[in-house]
Amino acid sequence: MLELIFFSLLNGVVTGLLLFMLASGLTLIFSMMGVLNFAHASFYMLGAYFAYTISIYLGFWVGLIVAPILVGLLGAVVERYGLRYVHRWGHVAELIFTFGLAFLIEEVVQFIWGKDTKAYHEPEILQFPLFTFFGQNFPAYKAFMLVISIGIFILLLLILTRSRVGLIIQAAIHKPNMTAMLGHNVPLVFMGVFGVGCALAGLAGVIAGPALGTFPGMAFVLGSIVFVIVVVGGLGSLTGAFVASLLIGLLQTFAIALDYSVNDLLQLFNISFDADSALRDLWTLSLPQIAPILPYLLLILILIFRPTGLFGNRET
Amino acid sequence: MKLKTTILISAAVAALTAFTAQAADTIKIAFIDPLSGPFAATGTSGFKQAQFAADMLVNQKGGVIDGKMFEIVGFDNKISPKESLVQLKRAIGEGIHYIMQGNSSGVANALTDAVKKHNDRNPDDLVLFMNYSAVDPALTNEKCNFWHFRFDANANIKMNALTDVIAADDSIKKVYIIGQDYSFGKAVAAGAVKYLGEKRPDIEIVGNELHPIGKVKDFTPYATKIRASEADAIITGNWGADMVGLAKAIGDAGIESPVYTYYAANDGITKTIGASGKDKIRLVHEGRVNPPPTDEYKAYHMAFKEKYPEADISQFRIANALVMLANAMNQTKSTDPAKVAMALEGMEYTTIQGDKVVMRAEDHQLMQPISISVHTDENIILDADNSGYGLVTEKTISAADADIPPSGCNMERPAS
Repeated sequence: MLELIFFSLLNGVVTGLLLFMLASGLTLIFSMMGVLNFAHASFYMLGAYFAYTISIYLGFWVGLIVAPILVGLLGAVVERYGLRYVHRWGHVAELIFTFGLAFLIEEVVQFIWGKDTKAYHEPEILQFPLFTFFGQNFPAYKAFMLVISIGIFILLLLILTRSRVGLIIQAAIHKPNMTAMLGHNVPLVFMGVFGVGCALAGLAGVIAGPALGTFPGMAFVLGSIVFVIVVVGGLGSLTGAFVASLLIGLLQTFAIALDYSVNDLLQLFNISFDADSALRDLWTLSLPQIAPILPYLLLILILIFRPTGLFGNRET
Repeated sequence: MKLKTTILISAAVAALTAFTAQAADTIKIAFIDPLSGPFAATGTSGFKQAQFAADMLVNQKGGVIDGKMFEIVGFDNKISPKESLVQLKRAIGEGIHYIMQGNSSGVANALTDAVKKHNDRNPDDLVLFMNYSAVDPALTNEKCNFWHFRFDANANIKMNALTDVIAADDSIKKVYIIGQDYSFGKAVAAGAVKYLGEKRPDIEIVGNELHPIGKVKDFTPYATKIRASEADAIITGNWGADMVGLAKAIGDAGIESPVYTYYAANDGITKTIGASGKDKIRLVHEGRVNPPPTDEYKAYHMAFKEKYPEADISQFRIANALVMLANAMNQTKSTDPAKVAMALEGMEYTTIQGDKVVMRAEDHQLMQPISISVHTDENIILDADNSGYGLVTEKTISAADADIPPSGCNMERPAS
């Protein structure tokens, strides 16, 4: 049991931090521009595919640096020539634009790289178990993912709270019109934030590709969960996104690890149900079976009881 | 004016007769499978294998009945049962009497019903259905019909072979079953529990888990659970990205127990699993690859790789289906599906891998040896995905299907 808890904790944190890298970009874009970027996870996928192709010729480490930059540039171009143009027809048009973009990117990826899973592997110097606990390995690559994610979090926090750019971004998040009145080039800030957000998603893809598989469905698998994090954490709050990511990561991991059902809970109170009861299926549903819906349940509860999210301070 | 009309008519007639003359020389076989969409990788690979087998094993050997050639025509069903029925109608409209399909038992169930209905209503325009890969046992049991022939071993036969191997290994005391949450995953789990219970009641099932299909992004929590359960063997029916993810997580967690699978090879899976699954991942399947069972097969495989370097012969049964069809036509000297179907019933055939296979007459299930192979990079002559890794056959069970007699198959044969 100790083994299960220890590893679930570790895995939960790794998953959570990976989600954070995606969510941090999305929450900044969402709060600043009001655009729910449906294509955000697609940039994550592009990061993985770019890095895969680069790693074939130049190795993993070059891909780690170059792929996120490429994805970031692509994101900036999409903002400058796509979103900004569509913006004049309002938020709905922007929403539909990113929605279409997500499909477009998925089809293009399938067109270029094919439909099968790509053999994108960890670099060889990270292919060893970091430590073994109760006979179970913890791969060094997972630790590497941990370090990178924490590094990104600290870096982002420092930029946003300690630098001049961060101040302007913070201002643009809360009062975009006022910031523009004060003479700051808000569209440029938007483009920069969108690009950096996409680059972060790309970086997440680069390091997640070898661990979680590089295939055309990878954006779809992660896409919806990132929105949950943004809403649960609260708009525009980096700390909120961080806490919510860890929360969702741990929630998902532990839900799979612990084989409990409503029945077990009821038995604690000495309530038992007839085996023929019509509701039998409901009581015997185990935690791993409902694990995939738990984040969405949390999303609904948060929207009902605390619409601003855990750390949010803006209503819209 | 009149002259012009005459010329036009005679030209049309000439064109028509030329067309029919050509049509008489080819026997079209409709290949109804996903040729686009998320499952296209498997569908198009099968299509290539069918075209290659028809070409190499039938047409280049002189065709059937005095030089008629096989032509495989692709029909994209996007893996939807509804779309498959539309494509079936199209194929019948083009005068095709033989159809092949394999991906998804859901599609096969729809097609076998539609073919039966069509044949009941149109006894002069019959259609024969060759199922090369849909393994739902029901297709040859309660849902069997005279026009359906299955060339793959059904899920129960494979599970029977697989549990034979597990039962013979005394070091296995605990087994973990994990699969995708849908009909096939559940059938695999139910089969494993049933056969292990009969053969080795002392084996403890330490986990029987279903996960959402195609939605799990990280299999590490499952691997942690499997490790904590101290299972000596793992059984899974997973395929596609779910198989890759599971194999990777198991490798990363350092689990050394063997993983028995149905579909952990080819179409990019072998390459992606690579070193992390070496000597661990095992596959239960028909046909053998390494060591190549015969020189004839080796030459056939190499010729295929030369023509399609990016693809692999992942479904050898496709070749068996086409050659058996050709043999049935030669035997009856007819392309009438009713006569061909009668000849296929009970037909014996020695494959180019040297295996004797029999089409069981009672339920139209092909009886064939089943192999258990291991994923490795040693002693690989014919690799998969050009990765250096491939399957080496460890054990071949010759009569895994004999233990599983047809059950509930009550076939109506056409009166002749």
